[in-house]
Amino acid sequence: MTATLLLIQTLNGLQFGLILFLIAAGLTLVFGVMDFINLAHGVQYMIGAYLIAAFSAWTGGFGWGLVLALPTALAFGLLLEVLVFRHLYERDHLDQVLATFGVILFLNQGVKFVWGAAPLSVPVPDILSGSVEIADGLLYPVYRLAIIAAGLLVAALLYVLVNFTRVGMLVRAGATNPQMVSALGVNIKRLFMIVFGFGAMLAGFAGAMVAPILSVQPGMGDNILILAFVVIVIGGIGSIRGAFLAALLIGLVDTIGRSFAPNLLRLVLDPSAASQTGRAIAPMLIYIFMAGVLFFRPSGLFPVKR
Amino acid sequence: MTELTGTQTAPAPSSSMRIDSIPLVLFAAFAAAPLLASASGAEGYVLSLLTRIMIFGLAAMSLDLILGYGALVSFGHAAFLGIGAYAVGILASHGIEDALIQIPAALGASALFALVTGAISLRTKGVYFIMITLAFAQMLFFLATSLAPYGGDDGLTLPNRSLIAGAGLLENDYAFYAATLLCLIGAYLLSRAIVTSRFGRVLRGTKENAVRMEAVGFQPFRFQLAAYVISGMMAGLAGWLMANQAEFISPAFMTWQRSGELIFMVVLGGLGSLHGAIIGAAAFLLLEEFLPEILHAASFLLNDDIRSRLTENWQMVFGPLLILIVLFARGGIMGLLRRPHHG
Amino acid sequence: MAEPLLELRSLRKNYGALVVTDHVSLSVRPGELHAIIGPNGAGKTTLIHQVSGMLPSNAGQILFAGEDITHLSMPQRVKRGLARSFQITSILPGFSAMENVALAVQARSGSSFRFFGNASQEKGLNGTAMDCLSEVGLGARAHIPAGLLSHGEKRQLELAIGLATKPKLLLLDEPLAGTGHDESQRVVETLRRLKSRLTIVLIEHDMDAVFSLADRVSVLVYGRVIATDTPERVRENPEVRAAYLGDEEMV
Repeated sequence: MTATLLLIQTLNGLQFGLILFLIAAGLTLVFGVMDFINLAHGVQYMIGAYLIAAFSAWTGGFGWGLVLALPTALAFGLLLEVLVFRHLYERDHLDQVLATFGVILFLNQGVKFVWGAAPLSVPVPDILSGSVEIADGLLYPVYRLAIIAAGLLVAALLYVLVNFTRVGMLVRAGATNPQMVSALGVNIKRLFMIVFGFGAMLAGFAGAMVAPILSVQPGMGDNILILAFVVIVIGGIGSIRGAFLAALLIGLVDTIGRSFAPNLLRLVLDPSAASQTGRAIAPMLIYIFMAGVLFFRPSGLFPVKR
Repeated sequence: MTELTGTQTAPAPSSSMRIDSIPLVLFAAFAAAPLLASASGAEGYVLSLLTRIMIFGLAAMSLDLILGYGALVSFGHAAFLGIGAYAVGILASHGIEDALIQIPAALGASALFALVTGAISLRTKGVYFIMITLAFAQMLFFLATSLAPYGGDDGLTLPNRSLIAGAGLLENDYAFYAATLLCLIGAYLLSRAIVTSRFGRVLRGTKENAVRMEAVGFQPFRFQLAAYVISGMMAGLAGWLMANQAEFISPAFMTWQRSGELIFMVVLGGLGSLHGAIIGAAAFLLLEEFLPEILHAASFLLNDDIRSRLTENWQMVFGPLLILIVLFARGGIMGLLRRPHHG
Repeated sequence: MAEPLLELRSLRKNYGALVVTDHVSLSVRPGELHAIIGPNGAGKTTLIHQVSGMLPSNAGQILFAGEDITHLSMPQRVKRGLARSFQITSILPGFSAMENVALAVQARSGSSFRFFGNASQEKGLNGTAMDCLSEVGLGARAHIPAGLLSHGEKRQLELAIGLATKPKLLLLDEPLAGTGHDESQRVVETLRRLKSRLTIVLIEHDMDAVFSLADRVSVLVYGRVIATDTPERVRENPEVRAAYLGDEEMV
């Protein structure tokens, strides 16, 4: 019983971690390359979810919905970059925090304005519906496996992009030493736009992928944004590798912690106290984890700069 | 820490008389307001709005102490509001309703939390500091949501306001208003003393150039930590007041959005002037309160449907307003007041 | 011979394979003005950072007044009487010149954990600060915000701040860098006056100034000390001439 539960929770944790990675990847690059703190990254995720809801309803299929949603998410990210974010790169972090906080307020209300306050639901695509037997008598939804696969695929793609292409080389160099990149005569503005748009699209993709298993609602990006920040801070700002590792760690710690903390505490406490403290501690675990990491390594696990 | 380069400097000897008169006018207005409130016919509403403004003013001012004078961008200041509020709720649900016990408990708990989290957070710099303060606040938020005996997610309604030495003095809204004003003025005077003191000068110096401060023999960490603790305690007091005003506590007191709002209030009012933070809090809350009506009035040309939707979605105006203020009104409201004097 | 005030033993700083200072051994006698010269990139500023405690050393030992201070922090070293100035001016631009110095005085006179009383009105602090400013010739500019001072005046202010910590030894990192002729003359005069009261370690590119002020000179090349001697003998040292070959600054 416990072993199968552990397996399921590990898969859930993996899936959650990969979603977190899709969001954190863009965030850490934007942060690392542009030194820009973008609280509004979470709304890109929300926008992705709303777009898939709208487009898959319109086209009648998830696949076509995704085909339309991704470029729209990209275009939307670029629009925000041109309208707002571009004017903030030179500002201090405090201004960036505030202005992007304003973007969150606007867009959370904006989706309410357009789609209403009630949660939307997106059906799981037909070919990915149902469950598959992953171990003796243990069923696991195909769609969740598909999310894991998609997440791993994007991670691999990103690895290739960052390590083996010219843009990727510039991005890595930019995260380590932005002055050097501009000294090379690279059009920094364009590089920023590419990184920004790409990050926005990844977050939108994450939102689209989870839309069928979560309810699509205003503000859905807020809490996951905080988690994504935890991820990139633990991983080391600007490090894709760090973000990947930290995202999986956070996904697993959170998911497994929530289901096992009460059980583990039962070893030292009586059952009712254990379940109560367990439920209290579980959601705090990742923050305790983060505090611990930063205590010993103030610039995260894989510090990029200096 | 995050760089807040010399746009704002602490009050130099040259700052004009007019600036110094602002806090006097401000507190005089707060003191006189109850008279007007009783004349307005909606005294309950006016009093409660003004009390709320003062409480948030206190919280924002406490943040200004470390943000404006120490360049420490704490993105988790709402946690202290939560600690102060839960000190009321938890103690009250165990039958301890006296402020003489609750307030020291609230201050003590805030100080302890600030000491522990500050000691860890201040090891980091820049964005890491912003994020780790946020993480600690989130930690507390989730702790509160899982405190089933004290209401969990839904929060807890208090049976009555705190007693003072056994007497229910604060039940009267005027008395509560006066108590709040007293707290605000007390905290203001204390903060004012701190920023001009030896301690405050080190804090301000560290904000401008931490390396220089080390090179003359100061250890910035100790000063920043002490400032963080003092600031946390003041915000804890604001939390105590907040719980008493609402006669209700909930995890919503310490969401990260609330922390963001506090930063906004400070910046809106103008960093590093203390009373600017109070003015910023007032402007923020008044805007939040009246923006729907302002929008309704301003959109008289449009048809009723759009008009009501616009009014309902006032945050869509609030958000961009926030962005515009950040982009174009550097120095906040105090900056606008100061500008004519600098020619 | 008197015990050295500052003694460096095989001090080393490297970033991975890049060695910046290497086996630097040096002793500074009480009361002398000891100049450190060397071509650009020789590791002079790094050495000052190591001695002042801004950068940790990878190997070696620093002794100050007989005490091993290798692992002390910068503030702890300042408390023991080791002050420094910065090559790139490091002041508090929003504070007046007076307050810049008064803060340094404050650091060594009583606790700074005082939350009441207006620090900028403290006569004891301001008086000493004023003395230090007058000493470097900035007395008349005491109430100007430091950020508005001219470049040369900022260099003088750095010196005044250093003095205000009441150091036994003052580490000066290119106090003349970027100053005009008149200003540099003023700083040289100030240093000449201070020389009699303080031990000074001076890093400087201006050879005229170095040779007119220094009691002894150490030459740092590629992170190593290749010579330490009186100015006259350093000037004649063939190894030094070779290191400076083509460098017109060397007379």
